[in-house]
Amino acid sequence: MTFPFLSAIVFAPIAASLVMLLMPGGRKNLVRSIALGAAVLNLGLSLWVYITYLTRGLTGYQFVEQYEWLPVLGITLHFGVDGMSAPLVLLTGVVMFTGVLISWGEERHGVSTGIQDRPREFFAFLFILASGVFGVFCSLDLFMLFFFYEIAVFPMYLLIVIWGWIQTREYAAMKLTLYLFIGSVVSLVGGLAMYWVAYQNTGVLTFDMLQLEQAGFSQAFQDFWFLPVFLGFAVLGGIWPFHNWSPDGHVAAPTAVSMFHAGVLMKLGAFAALRVGIMLLPEGAKTWSLLIIGLATVNVVYGAFIAFVQTDFKYVIGFSSVSHMGLVAMGFATLSREGMLGAGVQMFSHGIMTALFFAVVGMVYDRAHTRHIPDLGGFVKIMPLAAVGFIIGGLVSMGMPGFSGFIAEFPIFMGVWKAQWLVAVISIVSIVVTAAYVMLVIRRVFFGQMPEKFEGHITPITALDKVAIVTLCLLMVGIGLFPRIMVPMVQTGVENILRLLGGS
Amino acid sequence: MFSSQMILSVLPEILILALALFLLGVEPFLKTERRRNLGWLTAAGLVISVIASLCFSRPGEPVSTLGGMIRYDWLGFFFKMLFMCAAAATALLFMGHEQVGQRGEAYLLLLAATLGLNLMASAGDLVMLYLAIETASIPLYVLSGFMLSDRHSTEAGFKYLLFGALSSAVTLYGFSLILGITGTTDIYAIGSSLRSGELAPALGFVVLVLILVGLGFKAAFVPFHFWAPDVYHGAPTPVSGFLSTASKAAGFAVITRLFFVAFPDFAGGWTLVLAVISAITMTVGNLLALPQTNLKRLLAYSSISHAGYVLIGVLAIPREGTTWGFPELGAASVVFYLAAYIFTNLLAFGIVMAFTGATGLEDIRDLAGLSRRSPGLGLMMLAAFLSLAGMPPFAGFVAKVFVFAAGVQADYVWLVVVGIINSIVGVYYYLNVLKYVYLYRLPDEDEEKHPVRLPGSYALVLTTLTLVVILVGTVFAPWFAWSYAGAANLF
Repeated sequence: MTFPFLSAIVFAPIAASLVMLLMPGGRKNLVRSIALGAAVLNLGLSLWVYITYLTRGLTGYQFVEQYEWLPVLGITLHFGVDGMSAPLVLLTGVVMFTGVLISWGEERHGVSTGIQDRPREFFAFLFILASGVFGVFCSLDLFMLFFFYEIAVFPMYLLIVIWGWIQTREYAAMKLTLYLFIGSVVSLVGGLAMYWVAYQNTGVLTFDMLQLEQAGFSQAFQDFWFLPVFLGFAVLGGIWPFHNWSPDGHVAAPTAVSMFHAGVLMKLGAFAALRVGIMLLPEGAKTWSLLIIGLATVNVVYGAFIAFVQTDFKYVIGFSSVSHMGLVAMGFATLSREGMLGAGVQMFSHGIMTALFFAVVGMVYDRAHTRHIPDLGGFVKIMPLAAVGFIIGGLVSMGMPGFSGFIAEFPIFMGVWKAQWLVAVISIVSIVVTAAYVMLVIRRVFFGQMPEKFEGHITPITALDKVAIVTLCLLMVGIGLFPRIMVPMVQTGVENILRLLGGS
Repeated sequence: MFSSQMILSVLPEILILALALFLLGVEPFLKTERRRNLGWLTAAGLVISVIASLCFSRPGEPVSTLGGMIRYDWLGFFFKMLFMCAAAATALLFMGHEQVGQRGEAYLLLLAATLGLNLMASAGDLVMLYLAIETASIPLYVLSGFMLSDRHSTEAGFKYLLFGALSSAVTLYGFSLILGITGTTDIYAIGSSLRSGELAPALGFVVLVLILVGLGFKAAFVPFHFWAPDVYHGAPTPVSGFLSTASKAAGFAVITRLFFVAFPDFAGGWTLVLAVISAITMTVGNLLALPQTNLKRLLAYSSISHAGYVLIGVLAIPREGTTWGFPELGAASVVFYLAAYIFTNLLAFGIVMAFTGATGLEDIRDLAGLSRRSPGLGLMMLAAFLSLAGMPPFAGFVAKVFVFAAGVQADYVWLVVVGIINSIVGVYYYLNVLKYVYLYRLPDEDEEKHPVRLPGSYALVLTTLTLVVILVGTVFAPWFAWSYAGAANLF
């Protein structure tokens, strides 16, 4: 019996959150230390899983654990990671770790950064959410996937509504929750339909996705259910026209939650859409592939243009996420080797990049108390490291060679070109627009003259903030310079999906 | 003809009766201000009875005992255990109620009602069933109007009595028609004589509708729900909790048994009627819950809508001639849903009780700052309301998934879609309540100075219920196994 790594990864955060809830609320630093300890533990575990998978050159589902949960209905607690999900587990570990660092904050000179109001509840809810996220990435059982998916959704409401931006939090939190809940229950009905039809076909009652893959769903069934299931999950991936909740949600959320939200949660949607939509209903995916590519194109181009015209720093990043997540959906929908490979890497790359963006936005906002871009300027003098981090993130987001964004976006465009060259031409526009808005924001916020009212009031960022920024930057540059620490692994995951698609 | 099986089949009821007699004997010797402690006695007695029943009187093969009056099977047994647990929790909640807790009659009436509910769940004969319904109802009428000095409470008691008496008369009329048609009152004999005999579908339909009135009143689904919001609002809060959980579940226990044992699918249209009722119940309950500002009324409408979800499961119980992969799922999901719902809603009402008891307020607005005034109570509220909304890891999620799964299997996809739309509406208003608990603050923003203190009995019962709600929602195998055993007994 080997050590149950995945169970530990999934359940450690929820255990930590229970411990925190039992602590006295006034002991803020004690609570934060527990949170940091748990985050480090989770980062270590997910790093171990990732490195083992990579260095041993493994393929297929590894670290598999399976426990009977409700045998009568064929529900099992079935965990396993493959080349697609292992990077996402690592991503979640990284974002969790940096999120705790960013939220630690400080209260000094009348400036309060991070989370100072009820950190106990904040970290507890954040970690429940983290458990849900890990659970979805690791689950090989459809029922449990839904179970963890919902767990990842509802703490978001509380996290935004309690600690969010006071002006829009109630509206944005409710909007987000309802969008995501509607999406997930629509998918749930599709999942139940698969469950019963698989039973009719094979005579086995099971929610196990590896068995459902072999259930032999008819073409008509797949054509009917693919769209609801895929789009239901893709709502969380921010697909157009169901993306509306996402920029509002990002902006209203506190910094660490935005990081989690854009960095990890949106991948949750894309990943579940892939695993349940494309992998269980591959024939349906072929039928609707062009439609999804079309929707994703709107995401990519429209998102970039909207980001360009925003004057709120955080909305710029929020819409850039919509644009970049469009690339992920587009890559998956090509159903080609290149497209999926790029999309797999893009999920990781964008997660790290956007977490960094939101972290820096939070650092600026906590000190300037405004996110209106024309009012900002000259921040490079006070927080040089944050500026460097933001610029690196910007380069990633433009798809500059030498950074992880290039490794991700180049194959996606190759795949799209093969599927439909016109779409590729249209979406290339987004790269130009992205470059434009990223450079514009960098110039206006970090360079130029600092407005007089900020002189002397802006404090430097904390040591913990610096650790978070450096960690995130190292990952982006590392993958950019040494693609082999991620690409071969994602490739094994893609092979697995292509096998289900029948090598077409 | 006397056998030990007869005793065993009614062992829980015998124990309840003994407990009631014991309380009756003890009560006069206690000083008025110490009569509150009868709550501990009642709860402890009920818990002991549950344990004793679990140890000694677990049913084997389903049999009819006591001349066919009692059906001794898992379906009834599981419900009995649930009712007794609910009554134990309610007894503890009584203790904290100013005008109820000190009066010994309250505990006796509660036990009498529980006795009736138990018999409802296991009645095998229409006569027994009717007696059980009355035994359960009359004490509850009294309990609803228990606070004589409170205008709302007396109104609640009287309203409940009027509606109850009317609907039980209608039901009795339905029963008498059955006796006239089939010549028997044994539920298990009715089915076979209806199958063989020639009964005009129209007449069968009328009979079913008449019976549905009475049971629909108990289970509070639309259009027999009008009493519920007023009664839940006016009655002492623990009584509302009991009415909305155990009493409602007993209605469903009877529906599940009666309709599918005594009335095979001979009057085709009635499943459609039930489906429409289910859709309307969910929708009306949820829509009317939206504008509520009073917590108890909100919970009343929410509990109406939950009756609609349960009906989806009821409809998914297969009639003769259907071949499904997993025929027991429909009934099992009903039982599971009710179990999850009983614990969740008791928790919700318990929290309202605790809050009202400490502050005297019961508006949603008054919950502002609760999570700071009492973090523990805030968390329990979170568990209760998210479970009602159907979010994991709480009991409500699994229960809803099972019911929906059964609905999809039974080809009621449209009904499941209605259910899903409704649960989204539900999420909205449940989260709205949590917004008050977690986001808004007291006007002076100094919640530390206004803590909400919980009496010991409340802390015990609420913590236990919270744990159960989480346990049912995560480790659902044993609960489902019991529900499944109950469902299998139907066939």
